[in-house]
Amino acid sequence: MSDQPEPYNASELLICTTSRLMEDGTTAFIGTGIPMLAASLAQKMHAPNLVTIFEFGGTGAILESLPLAVGGGCTFNRAIAASGIRDIVETAQRGFVEYGFLGGAQIDPYGDLNTTVIGDHDHPKVRLPGSGGGNDVGSNCWRTIAIMPHDRRRFVEQVDFITTPGYLTGPGAREAAGLPRGTGPYRVVTTLALLGYHSESKRMQLLATQPGVSVDQVIESTGFELLIPEQVEANPAPCAEELRILREEVDADGLYI
Amino acid sequence: MDRMLTGEEAIRSESVRILESGMGQLLQLPDVEGFREWNRAKSKEMADKRMTEAEAVRRFIKPGDYIGTELYGTVRCPMSLIHEIVRQGVSDLRVAGQGVLDLDMLLAASLIKAIDLTYIGLEVHGLSNCLRREVESGRVESVVEWSNAGIAWRFKAAAMGVPFIPVRSMLGTDTLKFSAAKVIEDPFTGIPIALLPALILDVGLIHVHRADACGNAQIDGISGFAAEMARASKRLIISTEEIVETEVIRRRPDRTIIPYYLVDAVIEAPFGSHPGEMCYRYARDEEQIRGWVQASQTPETAAEFLDKYIHGVTDHQAYLDLFGEARLEALKSGAPGREA
Repeated sequence: MSDQPEPYNASELLICTTSRLMEDGTTAFIGTGIPMLAASLAQKMHAPNLVTIFEFGGTGAILESLPLAVGGGCTFNRAIAASGIRDIVETAQRGFVEYGFLGGAQIDPYGDLNTTVIGDHDHPKVRLPGSGGGNDVGSNCWRTIAIMPHDRRRFVEQVDFITTPGYLTGPGAREAAGLPRGTGPYRVVTTLALLGYHSESKRMQLLATQPGVSVDQVIESTGFELLIPEQVEANPAPCAEELRILREEVDADGLYI
Repeated sequence: MDRMLTGEEAIRSESVRILESGMGQLLQLPDVEGFREWNRAKSKEMADKRMTEAEAVRRFIKPGDYIGTELYGTVRCPMSLIHEIVRQGVSDLRVAGQGVLDLDMLLAASLIKAIDLTYIGLEVHGLSNCLRREVESGRVESVVEWSNAGIAWRFKAAAMGVPFIPVRSMLGTDTLKFSAAKVIEDPFTGIPIALLPALILDVGLIHVHRADACGNAQIDGISGFAAEMARASKRLIISTEEIVETEVIRRRPDRTIIPYYLVDAVIEAPFGSHPGEMCYRYARDEEQIRGWVQASQTPETAAEFLDKYIHGVTDHQAYLDLFGEARLEALKSGAPGREA
């Protein structure tokens, strides 16, 4: 990477790290917000043939301007198909969608996500928006990637409400519940780290730290015991080209970044 | 098993096992027999069903009804009808939500009693303050959880005329636990499968690109869940950007998503999705959307907003006049892929 790294903010870091996980020639279910920017950046950088899938019907859009809504016109801009929500989620249910990109308010060691309530369901402290397409993505895509700011209030031992299934209570739990075999959480992109899941225990483990972040900082900012492998990589900082495209092309109006 | 079962024994031993039942309230019974009879009685005459928003809401939406809107608040949404519901104060509504500005307005006016909820929020602008106030205070009496596809599949079941549909979403989660779904062991494969009850609406509200006077309706771009919701509605109110001759429909029948016999009312509502977008016609009015995001933060400012943009004007045309032609024209030219 560049010798003189350009300064960048937390959103730009999340977008760039997420973008690098998007593989050319794969299908990716794109949720609201950061996944949209990351997909646009990925198409302009390394993945021109990333097939974006938006829940309300857009398949294979070329993301020229920034979508503000998952049903907006940009989600089927020069797309290959404009269908509807059933077609999209049924496509995922049949096993056609490799990656699902999601946000969340809380996450637990098994990658279960909460976007429904903080506190008790029937007498909530904070009523959050609800599942939206999150549960459908986390249930039916092969590999789910969550993107979140990293702190102890969000990374908790037990989420207040399991909106979207991760590995639930551990190995075998998804299959026992009837969720499609071989699916589940794959990565978590945060402001501090890139995380994955242990192949046996299905618990979250650290894969790489973000630039300037120590392993101890990640541990301190996580409200549960995080698995720390012997080898922890250092994530490269966003490069100048990524930041230029992001600022000049993807979000030229500065709506998100 | 060391001997073959007789046919009768096999049938008796094959009772379906219910593995889990969601605790959420079933807000609307999947009465498929009643729905068939209702549909039989519906007029099949190709009659002129044009009317105003005010007449359609007065005639077809009653307090306590279960209603649905499509697509959602900032995209191809029947906002002129939503405004009219608020204007008439039709209360105690039960709704299926996927909603952004649409359901937010109804929540701001405290018109919602129960929600089959999948998502109510302001998308990139964050949480819905109105949802928070109405649910956290208990004014919304019942909140039942579903996923987005869950709601669309429930409409699909109703559209199929069957009482439930088996799906692989929601399993293993609190979303299912607080829904009214059930999980059974699938009698064919043995895997657990979620059964979602058909959702038959009292009234569906859909905004389209073009329709004829009888309600034959066409949508451009993504179709969201319009086809399913239209077929899951006992009464269906269509608002449309333009009314076209039936001949226009007949020239491209492949584009008809909603045939006339489903439809009870047709409302001509240019810019009917404002401040949301209508693909190929006009872009979203971001300034107005941000205005609502700001206003919705307190009950007082939300009420002022409703006073100005809904109660303060008599109808949709008067609402549009608040913005003026220049601004609406600018939204038109901002629509990507706009047809000449």
